[in-house]
Amino acid sequence: MEKKIKTIYPLEEILFKHFGEHTDEWKKSDHPSVTALRHEAISYFEKHGFPNQKMEKWRSTNLTGVYEEPLEIFDRHVAFDKKLSDIFLCEVHGFNTQVISMLNGSFYSPENHEITITNEGVIVGSMASAFKKYPNLVEKYFGKISGYQDDGFKAVNAAFWRDGVFVYVPDGVEVKNTFQLIKILNQPNLMVNTRNLIVLGKNSRLTFLHCDDSVNHNTGLTNTVNEIVLHENAELELYKLQNLNDDSALLNQTYVHQDANSRLKVNVLTLNGGMVRNEITDQLNGQGAESQISGLYLMDKEQHIDNQIFVNHNVPNCNSSQLFKGIMDDEATGVFNGFIYVARDAQKTNAFQRNNNVLITSAAHIDTQPHLEIYADDVKCSHGATVGQLDNEGMFYLMQRGIPYSDARMLLLFAFADEVISKINIEALRISIEDMVKRRLRGELSICDRCVLHCSNPEQPIVFDIDISKI
Amino acid sequence: MSDEKKNGDFLDEVTSEEYKYGFVTDLESDQSPRGLSEDIIRFISKKKNEPDWLLEFRLKAYRHWLTLEEPDWALIHHPPIDYQDIIYFSAPKPKEKLKSLDEVDPELLDTFNKLGISLEEQKQLAGVAVDAVIDSVSVKTTFQDTLAKHDIIFCSFSEAVQNHPDLVKKYLGTVVPYTDNYFAALNSAVFSDGSFCFIPKGVRCPIELSTYFRINAANTGQFERTLLIAEEGGYVSYLEGCTAPQRDENQLHAAIVEIIVMDDAEVKYSTVQNWYPGNKEGKGGIYNFVTKRGLCKGKNSKISWTQVETGSAITWKYPSCVLLGDHSVGEFYSVAVTNNYQQADTGTKMIHLGKNTRSTIISKGISAGKSNNSYRGLVRVSKNADNARNYSQCDSLLLGDQCGAHTFPYIKTGNETSTVEHEATTSKISEDQLFYCQQRGIDMEKAIGLIVNGYAKQVLNKLPMEFAVEAKKLLEITLEGSVG
Repeated sequence: MEKKIKTIYPLEEILFKHFGEHTDEWKKSDHPSVTALRHEAISYFEKHGFPNQKMEKWRSTNLTGVYEEPLEIFDRHVAFDKKLSDIFLCEVHGFNTQVISMLNGSFYSPENHEITITNEGVIVGSMASAFKKYPNLVEKYFGKISGYQDDGFKAVNAAFWRDGVFVYVPDGVEVKNTFQLIKILNQPNLMVNTRNLIVLGKNSRLTFLHCDDSVNHNTGLTNTVNEIVLHENAELELYKLQNLNDDSALLNQTYVHQDANSRLKVNVLTLNGGMVRNEITDQLNGQGAESQISGLYLMDKEQHIDNQIFVNHNVPNCNSSQLFKGIMDDEATGVFNGFIYVARDAQKTNAFQRNNNVLITSAAHIDTQPHLEIYADDVKCSHGATVGQLDNEGMFYLMQRGIPYSDARMLLLFAFADEVISKINIEALRISIEDMVKRRLRGELSICDRCVLHCSNPEQPIVFDIDISKI
Repeated sequence: MSDEKKNGDFLDEVTSEEYKYGFVTDLESDQSPRGLSEDIIRFISKKKNEPDWLLEFRLKAYRHWLTLEEPDWALIHHPPIDYQDIIYFSAPKPKEKLKSLDEVDPELLDTFNKLGISLEEQKQLAGVAVDAVIDSVSVKTTFQDTLAKHDIIFCSFSEAVQNHPDLVKKYLGTVVPYTDNYFAALNSAVFSDGSFCFIPKGVRCPIELSTYFRINAANTGQFERTLLIAEEGGYVSYLEGCTAPQRDENQLHAAIVEIIVMDDAEVKYSTVQNWYPGNKEGKGGIYNFVTKRGLCKGKNSKISWTQVETGSAITWKYPSCVLLGDHSVGEFYSVAVTNNYQQADTGTKMIHLGKNTRSTIISKGISAGKSNNSYRGLVRVSKNADNARNYSQCDSLLLGDQCGAHTFPYIKTGNETSTVEHEATTSKISEDQLFYCQQRGIDMEKAIGLIVNGYAKQVLNKLPMEFAVEAKKLLEITLEGSVG
């Protein structure tokens, strides 16, 4: 393997230069453990570089175009000079959230409240500030479950991150409000490395909505690493909403550690985005842990979606399920790589995995790899994958009842997608997403360059032009 | 507790079951020196009296091989193979030119009798034409006259090179080029012999053709090459069986099978692979790195692979179908059994290129002991393969808590009218089924045999009768009682 001639991409050069220029400056403000991690990560990156298509995990995703972009490594702090609502027009009707926002990779707060702590002890705020204010707490978890190895982008993130979001929910606290993280890039040609950490104490509960949006048509690369720790009996509902412009690239790596009886629910909804890659690694480390990961992707034009889901059953008596559904239109390409690993002695495991895809055009392409690696015998594991088109009989049934072709098709596509949408527990959010998906299926959403959530309005619901009474 | 102990006893019984084909025959053999170089390749080529174009082919393959690296993506682990420590050519020394079966070296006949393939018996009773290959050199082909009546060519590869050079030249390397992969390049450089079969236009081969492969000499690698061509409307059912003596060192087997099927023709290729799997500590055994590929070149052509894999320390084998002709059909039925420290990474590739092509994959993996059994398969539907249809089903059965069963399907679809379905399950033998059988007076061991055989039946049924019996027996030997 060492024999191959290594190409140095422009972006790699930019990164090395940037690191060289800033490392001393960073050192002053960084926690010693972070400085150490940065140096280990950069030397890993120097050795291995960016991922390429010869790597099993990257076989079907080609990022060479991105590596050749002269992007600016953006890590400056942005002073708050505008109202948040001027930049971002996001609200879900009838849905109260506590909004946390990040602009171009740094924490962005109207009153410059970098970090807040509630009466119950819930800490929310900027990662950089959290390291200063609660160094022991943050250091206990930071970088522990993701590390910097295995992947070039992970190493870049560990070496270059400057900010992110830190959430800590103490033992026994159930957070009523939904936290909503809004990440926006509003300047052209940026590479942003952010790092988020969510820690849930014993018997705690949190709902977290993570939105990645573009507010213009600028090129950009977002490289995010999320670390999530769920202690015993904690419960996290995580929704990821991705609606970016066609020129952006989003890399999202999420690492989850689950203790006994903890419950994780992830729903990834990708509506638009030039190149979106979601990598979720869930380590079930305590007995009785449960994980439910689902996703929906609706891609068209020349977009590319890559979902990589790894669920590792390291101990007995855990349950996991993965459900990913996708509709591929135009020349869109997609990858689903689902992986279930069952360790030796992880008996009584139930693990399920399903990936269904609908191809609309002959230029669309989907690769699906539902993998199982099982070393225990008393387990129930299954996976299924299908690639096909809309059910002809279903179309016939609807059309013979007077529903025009385009509406019948839309109805069936929506029904196909609804299996994932119906897993959203928050009603207001579900209705809003249903609305968005309908818009998206009608081809309206992709031309909207505002935030997706804003598009939905209960006074003007989206309806298909169908007279239901005729059915 | 007592149950566990009982099961443990079963396990012991089974794992101590001797590999019954592990004897060595005292055959004098003609060997090349150890190692691999252009000189060795020239030596093999000269020994076999080959034409220049074939030597050229070998050398090209060898030069390409030197630029390659051993693949490491499969889920198998083994110490590095020293390719310079292998004897690349070994042939039983011919005493004199043979005219009939009676003149065959009696030691050799004995070997085949021990293997349960009495050439004589088979010739008369089963009506199967046998080509026996020892240390990858064909020693005897039976039933030549019957086949000649139908203009079917079935002979050793070397004979084909001498007698039908045009056919060999036309098709050699067209399905598996020497650039295909590491082991294909190695085989193309050093292959010693194999079988060649040509079914002319409109001929339905009246008997089943069969090749028995055996590695006999120590320190040798076996590199045989099979080339099978079915012209328009032809049909043949081809069987392949393999055994090897019990030795402490690992031996390398890197074969190539190429099949070309024209319009309306059909080839059914069945394998019962029972190379020496190593002892219960995982010592010794054959490294089986095989490239098998069929090309459905014509319209309505069909290739059906059936394999029962019970042997080999390591199996690395992906019999594939390239469905080029419109309406062509590819099938893959496999039972792979691993026990002790065996490792299998096997599956198939179905490449849909033509319109209305169909493929079916049924794979049954059974792992016991400390073995690892992986299914790795690719289904690719190209842009122009309208209405392509694939159905895959991969089931794994785990017997014991020290083994592993893995499924790695790759599905690549680029056509909106195609339908691809994949299903897989992993489970152990159900307690309910065992209880049901035992309750009716069937003892544990028999019940397990019954359930496993039932589990594999879907595939075993696809085998020709003579092989099905053998395969069933093999399954029983490898598995009975190994359930915990």
